[in-house]
Amino acid sequence: MTRQKRSHHRLKRAAAPYLYLSPSLLIIGLLMLLPMVTVIGYSFQNSAVLRRDPSFAGLKHYHAIFADPVFWASLWHTLYFTCMSVIFHMTIGMVFALMLNSDRINPTLRNILRVLYILPWLFTAVIIAVIWRLLLEPNGVVNSVLMQMGIIGSKVEWFSSTATALHAVTFANIWAGYPLFMVSLLAGLQGIPKDFYEAADIDGAKAYQKLIFITIPQLMPIIISISLLDFIWTMQVFPLIWITTGGGPIYSTEVLSTYTYKLAFSSYNLSQASASAVVILLISLGLTLFYIRYQKAR
Amino acid sequence: MRKRHTPKDRLITVALHVALAAGLFFAAFPIYWMLSSSFKSNTEIFALPPTVLPKAFTLEAYAAILGDPVKLRFFFNSYFVAGAVTVLTVLIALLAAYGFSRFNFRGKGSLNTLIISTQTIPPITLLIPFFGLVVSYGIFDTYVALIVTYLVFTLPYAILLMTGYLNTLPRDLDEAVAVDGGTSWTALWRVIVPISLPGIVATSVYTFLLCWNEFLFALTLTKSTSMRTVPIGIQLLMGQHAFEWNQMMAMSVLGSLPLLLIYLVAQRFFLAGMTAGSVK
Repeated sequence: MTRQKRSHHRLKRAAAPYLYLSPSLLIIGLLMLLPMVTVIGYSFQNSAVLRRDPSFAGLKHYHAIFADPVFWASLWHTLYFTCMSVIFHMTIGMVFALMLNSDRINPTLRNILRVLYILPWLFTAVIIAVIWRLLLEPNGVVNSVLMQMGIIGSKVEWFSSTATALHAVTFANIWAGYPLFMVSLLAGLQGIPKDFYEAADIDGAKAYQKLIFITIPQLMPIIISISLLDFIWTMQVFPLIWITTGGGPIYSTEVLSTYTYKLAFSSYNLSQASASAVVILLISLGLTLFYIRYQKAR
Repeated sequence: MRKRHTPKDRLITVALHVALAAGLFFAAFPIYWMLSSSFKSNTEIFALPPTVLPKAFTLEAYAAILGDPVKLRFFFNSYFVAGAVTVLTVLIALLAAYGFSRFNFRGKGSLNTLIISTQTIPPITLLIPFFGLVVSYGIFDTYVALIVTYLVFTLPYAILLMTGYLNTLPRDLDEAVAVDGGTSWTALWRVIVPISLPGIVATSVYTFLLCWNEFLFALTLTKSTSMRTVPIGIQLLMGQHAFEWNQMMAMSVLGSLPLLLIYLVAQRFFLAGMTAGSVK
């Protein structure tokens, strides 16, 4: 190869990765990063999107949101919904994973149950919402069984009473989301070296000691990263709440996403909705930073 | 070896199986109830006491859904949009993943971090600017609007998934092509793609699933009934037919079929996608 040809070849080699990445970067840049800048811009404008020449609004829309009690209620509901979901996703996922991993059950049964336990994960949020609306109908099967067992005295309107609606949507979300933990923890359990347990057996460790001193510490990295991701994703949940309660009754299940959506597409106050969307973005970014730091530290 | 015959040990095994059964009830009963309700008449759904098995098994709900061109259109739209996005996403992600997996270049680390972090951007944040864009480009209520939007959300996952797969393939393969004087482009299509089918399938499955499930953008960026997808169709059904629960359940069953089938046929690929990005 002549020198010229070789340097040409090297140049091509250096440019190649950027060429392969360019379609993706173009799409992510134009349709993800740029819109993020746009929405921040909207939040400082009056009549964003609706007018061609919106005037500068300063922090007006942020003030409006922080002065709105419904915003703070939504934030609190989001926090409750998310924390409860993550805690129970983790607990149920862990219990199911440990049960499936036990050598006391026969392998065929284990495989069948593993498939069945994953089921809730295969359904779309909208379908999960519709299923739970049917189950929790005032005349539905849950009320009828609970009444026969004497647990409740009269029909409970789970999704349309302010006392129960938030718990009901949280429960539905717990049901829908635990398999992510289960599957990940099951994979993690299978990766723990057997000698750890054998050594513990020789020392006469009890089952719960093995759980606390071997299993849980070994699974910790998975538990932490899935919890963070689950937290971020659960915080953004929209369809489940939209279909079951729509944020009602009287804002009792309003979360940040439904609050923002209503501002934008029911009140057509797109500027204020943008301010709210930016607040959600900032919370997510904060958590994401945390997640990435954690991943890198590992 | 543990002793298995003490009464205490037997008790633990029995307790475990009871717990497994309770878990099964928790996981599967809601789904069973959807399925059995879809075969009931609307009056039987609320019969007291509730019937566990449909007493008068009927396919009327399915006939009502499948005989209605409006509802069939929802299915067509969902398949069409999800299919188109899957093809585009896999192609674009394959190129990016090849770049990430086979080259060292400046900015690689930060670009990778960027892609990981885009997974967590809240959809509701992008919804408002997308609405503005879609309206100003005159593509409101079109397939293009949905396909372009979905592409943005599927791409980061697909890139990570494909990169993970390509990293498992030995580098000697494409280096052999380079020795023979072939370019990296030749290596990609001649060598890498043919042996990447499992990775491509897993990525396609996951992309399809993300699109099939999408609700927020389909709700906001389309308006006419003929442009609606299955999730929105189910919501519309709830509003229009004043709680024809058997039809709603039948539509939910039909709307879950693609995912259930993919899961049963290709469990391995399915799980690979579902846990992508989370267990790294």
